[in-house]
Amino acid sequence: MSRETDEFLIEKGLFLTAISSVIIIALIIVFIFWEGYPAILNVGFFNFIFGMDWSPSNGLYGVFPMIIGSLAITGLSLLMAVPLGVFCAIFMAEIAPGKMRKILRPTLQTLSGIPSVVYGFFGLIILVPFMRVQFGGTGFSMLTASIILTVMILPIIVSVSEDAIKSVPGEYKEASLALGATHWQTIKNVIFPAAIPGVITSIILGMGRAIGETLAIIMVAGNVVQIPTSILDPVRALTSNIAIEMGYATGTHYNALFATGIVLIFMILILLVIANYFHYKKKVTVGGGYL
Amino acid sequence: MYRILSPKISQKIMKSIFWISGLITIFILLIIIGYIILKGLPVINLEFLFSDPIDSGKAGGIFPMIISTAYVTLIALLVATPLGVGAAVYLAEYAGEGRLVAAIRFGAETLSSIPSIIFGLFGLAFFVIYLDMGWSVLSGGLTLALMALPTILAASEVSVESVNKSYSEGSLALGATKWQTVYQVIVPAAMPGITTGIILGMGRAIAEAAAILYTVGAALAIPISLMDPARPLPLHLYILATEGISLDNAYGTAAVLVIIILIITVVTNTLVDRYTKKMMGR
Repeated sequence: MSRETDEFLIEKGLFLTAISSVIIIALIIVFIFWEGYPAILNVGFFNFIFGMDWSPSNGLYGVFPMIIGSLAITGLSLLMAVPLGVFCAIFMAEIAPGKMRKILRPTLQTLSGIPSVVYGFFGLIILVPFMRVQFGGTGFSMLTASIILTVMILPIIVSVSEDAIKSVPGEYKEASLALGATHWQTIKNVIFPAAIPGVITSIILGMGRAIGETLAIIMVAGNVVQIPTSILDPVRALTSNIAIEMGYATGTHYNALFATGIVLIFMILILLVIANYFHYKKKVTVGGGYL
Repeated sequence: MYRILSPKISQKIMKSIFWISGLITIFILLIIIGYIILKGLPVINLEFLFSDPIDSGKAGGIFPMIISTAYVTLIALLVATPLGVGAAVYLAEYAGEGRLVAAIRFGAETLSSIPSIIFGLFGLAFFVIYLDMGWSVLSGGLTLALMALPTILAASEVSVESVNKSYSEGSLALGATKWQTVYQVIVPAAMPGITTGIILGMGRAIAEAAAILYTVGAALAIPISLMDPARPLPLHLYILATEGISLDNAYGTAAVLVIIILIITVVTNTLVDRYTKKMMGR
């Protein structure tokens, strides 16, 4: 074979590896839809999405309480993780002395590497009994799940936000300080506003992680199918629904769990589109995820 | 602007709030890691690591689970590494900036943000049922490969891209072909970054449980063939904890997982440090 054909074949081979991600995504979507749409057809789109009852033994497949459950857990954990994460990011980018940074970075990497099952286990053993003593009830609740999720999404919010803050041009800061502003005034009025697109991206990424988390939530959320009226109510997330019931599901029930997956995929795709809209790309964070 | 506080005082207050948020983060990690290790370490000994579980995990050790984790992780890396590194080389060195490249990037992005339980569903429908691989280390390993792929791709692409352009120009000027340049100059120069990516992908595969819940089975025996069902460590921990089988063994399993993750973090940090120093020039 000549050099040219070699080069040509290698380039085509590399191209194949490159499009593998696209092929895999396509396969995932096709297979989840293929298995899921019979249930949606069977139950009816509106009955499926807005149905209030999930009772496979009675042929009722409404996922609305679980959509609310997923969103509620995610929202509550963002309420805790965003302030803490953004402050921590500003701390790392602007204030922390070098030594502190050297401790914080591996801390966040470790937090993001710890298996979700370990978080769930920790929640089950420590947090659930604590909540039971503090607030009564079983201790399994939306709040418990949100606290565990807060810790899980903290690393991604901090690392992406920190990156955004660091990439604000140094001249902005220098100009502001030269005008006599204090460091905090500079952070509040100059650096942070310039970093907002990146911070929003970090929040969306955290949201995606929270919505997708499965086993840790199962272990602490109580998993009752209901729309929560208080943060101490047990809830079931979409992800939990799939993981809990897939073990014994057959027929329409089996398809309905795949249809639950379709709802999840749509939620994630919407988040991705929003993230792309903000045009902030974080390529890689060591130890963390990436978008 | 509110003038209730003087700029100097608000500066002081805010600085302490920033410090507190940083310290809270470290505190959270110390509590979780400290607790798991303190409770788990007394359980871990050679017998725990190298013996079979007795009575579905009530007593005995976790040897088959360690083997299962190693097995599925190895399969995942063997599949994901060539795909991820190949794609990274293509994106960084061959592809221009077209629609197709944008599509590939969007594919990789989407892949990295798909929830793990969706990978699990896909693995069940595609590998286990459609390709008839059954509940096996092969099905589980392939499912994990899909999850590790975007991690490896991203880290490799960054490091391939950051290889000094004069290297490849020098190689091409000497008459080397594009592939010779990529294979003998660019990839070796990018190796630390690629290795970091592979280790990160490994971390992801080791930690994952939801994606293998319905693809790998939950057998307690040591998997030998690719078609044997298995029970990797995170899955074992999940079953021990949720079914209340043995708290002690759950602590031990959790501690083993945490220690593996700590080692991975230390190794990647050392690699990245060395790499950055090298890139900065001595």
